[in-house]
Amino acid sequence: METGKQEFTVTVYTENHIGLLNRIAIIFSRRKINVESLNTSPSEVEGIHRFTIVINESEDVVRKLVRQIEKQVEVLKAYYNTTDEIVWQELALYKVPTDEIAEKVKVERLLREFGARAVVIRKDYTVFETTGHREETDKLVQVLEPYGLIEFVRSARVAIIKASKGFHEKLKEFEKMAPGAEIKENEYLGKQGEVFSM
Amino acid sequence: MSEGITISKPAQEAKTKKAGNGAPQQISGSVAVLEAFLAEGVDTIFGYPGGAIMPIYDALYDYQDKLNHILVRHEQGAIHAAQGYARTSGKTGVVFATSGPGATNLVTGLADAMIDSTPVVCITGQVFAHLLGTDAFQETDVINITTPVTKWNYQVTDATEIPEVLARAFYIASSGRPGPVLIDITKNAQLQQFKYEGYKRCNYVRSYRPKPIVRKEYIEEAAKLINQAERPFVIWGQGVILGKAEKEFRQFVEKSGIPAASTILGLSALPSDHPLHVGMLGMHGNYGPNVLTNECDVLIAVGMRFDDRVTGRLDKYARQAKVIHLDIDPAEIDKNVKTTVPVWGDCKETLPLLTELVQQKVYPQWLQRFKDAMKQEEEACILPELNPATEQMSMGEVIKVLNELTDGNAIIVTDVGQHQMVACRYVKFKQSKSNITSGGLGTMGFALPAAIGAKLGDPKRTTIAIIGDGGFQMTIQELGTIMQFGVDVKILILNNSFLGMVRQWQQLFHDKRYSFVNITSPDFVQVAKGYGIAGQSISRREDLKSALQAMLNHKGSYLLEVMVGKENNVFPMVPQGCSVAEIRLK
Ligand SMILES: Cc1ncc(C[n+]2csc(CCOP(=O)(O)OP(=O)(O)O)c2C)c(N)n1
Repeated sequence: METGKQEFTVTVYTENHIGLLNRIAIIFSRRKINVESLNTSPSEVEGIHRFTIVINESEDVVRKLVRQIEKQVEVLKAYYNTTDEIVWQELALYKVPTDEIAEKVKVERLLREFGARAVVIRKDYTVFETTGHREETDKLVQVLEPYGLIEFVRSARVAIIKASKGFHEKLKEFEKMAPGAEIKENEYLGKQGEVFSM
Repeated sequence: MSEGITISKPAQEAKTKKAGNGAPQQISGSVAVLEAFLAEGVDTIFGYPGGAIMPIYDALYDYQDKLNHILVRHEQGAIHAAQGYARTSGKTGVVFATSGPGATNLVTGLADAMIDSTPVVCITGQVFAHLLGTDAFQETDVINITTPVTKWNYQVTDATEIPEVLARAFYIASSGRPGPVLIDITKNAQLQQFKYEGYKRCNYVRSYRPKPIVRKEYIEEAAKLINQAERPFVIWGQGVILGKAEKEFRQFVEKSGIPAASTILGLSALPSDHPLHVGMLGMHGNYGPNVLTNECDVLIAVGMRFDDRVTGRLDKYARQAKVIHLDIDPAEIDKNVKTTVPVWGDCKETLPLLTELVQQKVYPQWLQRFKDAMKQEEEACILPELNPATEQMSMGEVIKVLNELTDGNAIIVTDVGQHQMVACRYVKFKQSKSNITSGGLGTMGFALPAAIGAKLGDPKRTTIAIIGDGGFQMTIQELGTIMQFGVDVKILILNNSFLGMVRQWQQLFHDKRYSFVNITSPDFVQVAKGYGIAGQSISRREDLKSALQAMLNHKGSYLLEVMVGKENNVFPMVPQGCSVAEIRLK
């Protein structure tokens, strides 16, 4: 049953409504599927939200999940991709004691080697930042650990689908399905006298 | 709380407001809710008041001549009644409940409506918006509690949203694959006066696609498979009824000449005595449909979702067959059973397209297999059940006599357990929307309140609630609703003095270790009498027919308790974890 699991990135375009995060999250938790990473952000289309969700599952499971997600009333569209079908990045921050790092580490070399950047340099601590794949951001943790790494945090994955033409066209397709507005006036409207008889 | 929301006393204000010909009027959020109902053609509301929904009830005071409100005895009763109403009327059921305990009492019904795709709109009151998240009196996070059991839910904190949100609620509940919608309205929004611009019914939500687009190529592929088949088999579910496609389905079956079997919720979509109706699927379904599922070469599933009670062990289910699946919900395709040809779409549209392309055929030999299987089942299970040699009556013989007396024209509402399976196996249905039962959730306590709604949803028809002695005691308080509103529901209790279905499993799979399945009941006839409902209890076979006749002839509601064999079992049975081919006849 565990066979065929691999990393998939699920991209979900939604309306920007309160409660939708929960509605999507419970689709995973109900099936006891662990979410490796989850990011919500605006998308290329104004007013439309984009979820990026990473899970380790078989394609069969992921396909079914994506259909369940798409079934939600406020979800416009959901896609799933294998890791080689996307361009992805994660951002990581590392806080280290400034004196340690300044004394013992060739900071310049470190920055170059890992593509890291110092975001804050204070007397007591320095915060570095890198962006990249998991292995890369992890590696810097290993390097910094001997120097008293104080805090480490990594963001959720954000991903661009290589083959995607963006959501503008898709949205136009959806909006074409809108039928003409049909206004039905309430028959009791303007007959308030009858309705409120007291 | 956002500024600009004026909290006023709408009851008095609204009443004194004069219609300003055509110009937008000031109305309260509560009045807007009721106006939405009228515009949606709602005639009946099932509900129970409380603090957080009082402004709506206050507004309702003035709408009593337009909206029929049924005061239930428990909110679970309200939602089951709304479900029964929806299923016999084909319309959306409507529920009112207050915040906190009122709303949480709806959860079982929401879950039931969700899994059985029943269109229901629930309005719950909520504490003032400024109290949200403060653990205020009777505040519960209803939206989050109900998210997994609603098709859509939404919290309104500003009255101006009410017309649009309610229009969406009715549209979403009833379109596509129907389901329950819950709208939670804070008290300030119910009270708030706002400029009312009229009610626009909703027929489009940008992010929502109720019906997948029908793909011609799949219809063609499906027709090709069907035309080449030697042993095709149609299995159908409630989708046919929900899609109002009974006629289209019948035409498809009749032209193609394919034997067809129903899921429990699909029953009554095709008359029971139709020559191509070969029975019911599932754990306690008929022998032929179960066994021959594993012998057909093309399986055509229409508006059903391959529930595990239907499929038995999945890896041994119809492996030999090519599967054509017609469903409105794309998430159902390949969910449990891998399809060869998916026919996405509303079966009211797809069935005629398919009928057009399939050849007119008959399968006499194949159909004979079903008849032979039925013979076998008759000998082993059906005849002993319908004509028992025991002194005590069986549930089946009660149903048999009931069939003779109703001639298949009654609405049959069943609860959950052995009596449900026996009723669904043996009741003869003549017209659609006659079988109301909790199929997916198996909710004991469903039948009595659902029967109230079922009767009000189609008042001309006789409504019979068939209930076990256990399930009746779960929502017995709804006798009060029946009494107060004079709802004509015939209550038929099949009393085996056990939680029968659980006892059956304990007998068969737990070495007869009867663990807490022995249930004592009050004198049901006396209880009914206390509610002003006439009734009697019988235990002798010779009284059966006249007692059933008396129940049916009685003007108004009636309770008939029939004492039946205590340790009878329902067969055939596909034991859990077994393949449909391993169905047991005893
Ligand atoms: C709310 C609820 N609780 C428990 C069950 C489990 N259950 C299924 S059938 C059954 C026994 C029902 O007994 P009764 O109502 O007497 O009907 P019978 O099976 O005897 O016809 C039980 C307890 C259930 N389906 N629903």
